[in-house]
Amino acid sequence: MQSNKNFVVGIFDDEDVLLDAVEKIRGNGVRIDEVYSPFPVHGLDEALGYRRTRLPIASFMFGITGTILALFTQTWMLGYDWPMDIGGKNHASLPPFIPVTFEFTVLCASFGIVITFLIVSNMKPYSWPRSYDIRSTDDKHVMAIDLAHNKLSKDEIGRLLKDSGASEVNEKNF
Amino acid sequence: MIADEKYEFKAQTKTKLFILAAVGLLLMVAGIFMVNSGGHEEHHASTEISKSLTASLAPQEAGHQEVAAAEHHGSPVWLKKIYASLWQNSIFYTGIGIIGLFFVAIQYAAQAGWSAPIKRVPLAMGSWIPVAGIFMVVLWFVAKGDIFHWTHHDLFDKSSKSYDAVIEGKGGFFYWPLAAGSFPLFFFIRMVAFFGLWYLFYVWIKREMLAEDINGGTAHWLTARKYSAIFLVIFAVSSSIAAWDWVMSIDTHWFSTMFGWYIFASWWLSGLAAITIFVVHLKSAGYLKLVNANHLHDLGKFVFAFSIFWTYIWFGQFLLIWYANIPEETIYFISQMRNAPYSWIFYVSLFMNFVLPFLLLMTRDSKRHISMLKLVCPIVLIGQWFNFYNMVTPGVMQHNGGIGFLEIGVSLVFLAVFLFVVLNALSKIQLVAKHHPFMEESLNHHI
Repeated sequence: MQSNKNFVVGIFDDEDVLLDAVEKIRGNGVRIDEVYSPFPVHGLDEALGYRRTRLPIASFMFGITGTILALFTQTWMLGYDWPMDIGGKNHASLPPFIPVTFEFTVLCASFGIVITFLIVSNMKPYSWPRSYDIRSTDDKHVMAIDLAHNKLSKDEIGRLLKDSGASEVNEKNF
Repeated sequence: MIADEKYEFKAQTKTKLFILAAVGLLLMVAGIFMVNSGGHEEHHASTEISKSLTASLAPQEAGHQEVAAAEHHGSPVWLKKIYASLWQNSIFYTGIGIIGLFFVAIQYAAQAGWSAPIKRVPLAMGSWIPVAGIFMVVLWFVAKGDIFHWTHHDLFDKSSKSYDAVIEGKGGFFYWPLAAGSFPLFFFIRMVAFFGLWYLFYVWIKREMLAEDINGGTAHWLTARKYSAIFLVIFAVSSSIAAWDWVMSIDTHWFSTMFGWYIFASWWLSGLAAITIFVVHLKSAGYLKLVNANHLHDLGKFVFAFSIFWTYIWFGQFLLIWYANIPEETIYFISQMRNAPYSWIFYVSLFMNFVLPFLLLMTRDSKRHISMLKLVCPIVLIGQWFNFYNMVTPGVMQHNGGIGFLEIGVSLVFLAVFLFVVLNALSKIQLVAKHHPFMEESLNHHI
């Protein structure tokens, strides 16, 4: 875990105030590291200027891996390695492979994106996500600003947060 | 407050539709001449193949079918082709029309908010129901001997050479309470009753939607929801039975328990593609200003999802018949997959209804852009037209089928008339509901 990082943490009670504050603070050239909220806030992604997630692309890749793997495995097993006579059909025929291929595609895609999501969100095993303020899991919106990424001083950012409607401004070191 | 917005059915558009219909008629006449000048030799040769195919697949019934094929030559090939094509288009456009009403009913029953600004488009599509009903009843009387094998009375006559025990066993489903082989009263009552009920609910739901424009409030919305819920129950049963009556009974010996679902899925996918086409074209013509990318995204998701649903149903039917390999079931797919005029349509239909929409509509952006929807939805609609072609024609035409000028002509005429009726209905109502209780929700719709 990286150490010696200094954060200014703003606590917000209301999501409308939060949305306005995000725009105002970013308008002042301050880089916001992350905002934590107890429920999804509509329009927060756009306000923070996040790019769209690339998770669907990962999902497609995992899915198509599953498709190819399932088709190859079934064809190899039933067509070459251990051919079986099932109702007089061809050993390797497409129709009965389709349901298995479909299910395996879904399995690979869903497991793949869940695992990818856990890794990119820093929730993989043996990694502990930072908690800037435990109340973000209850009723407060928490905005974290990394001092190392910003030119403004701690006090200036704190004042800006207060002006934008933060109910508290704290400091947090990791 | 929503401003008045009305679709203007311009004289220019009408002229275009008349030209489309005229081109269709010309192609149809050209097609008739082509069938008459070159079709005869092929016709007899292929009858032989047809006989040997049926003989090899169903030996116990081959005797009957051979006699039947010889006896029921019926109308000349060009006329049979016209009947088959008219019946196919009639089923196809009836589906699109009734799905218009079904879509509206679903929105009410699900209390959906997002669709508030576009609901008048599917409602206008419902105006096709009465036209379709009258046309189908008339066409049935004219063409029943050529389209429906089971309408021949000698099939039910034990002393006749063409007596068919299998079809006699199904006789009651068509002819009750009259004697099998006389007038198919039960079948006829069902056809009239379905169109009557669908039209009735169309009128009731439309009445509430238009009254809401004047009176406002939520009372009309609640009444429309009540009608919608009842209609959905009726439609669940009637669409299934209509599928057996109008499409499955063409291949009288054949049956599939998936068929009601299959027709519903085909209709629903075609209807969704049609709604989307109407919406995107109205939007790019400057109407429906309230519709934004989020609404298009929802429509795109509908087309994407139900193209997969259609494939799922299609495959569910195919896989079971393929695996069981019972001759009287497999003949249905053999006649499509192994015969020249139908096999390419069989595969192209799968490609256009599943592979292309699946790949083209997969990303978020493609569902949100008008140009992509304008590309994919016609592909789906034409694919569904192929799908209905293969459901109707092989049973009617056997080896004399095939898509030529005649089929394309008939379809263009149908398309022109359908567009005329729907656009005409659309121009007579408010394009966007004025006091829809969910309008505010829909304007803030965000996905």
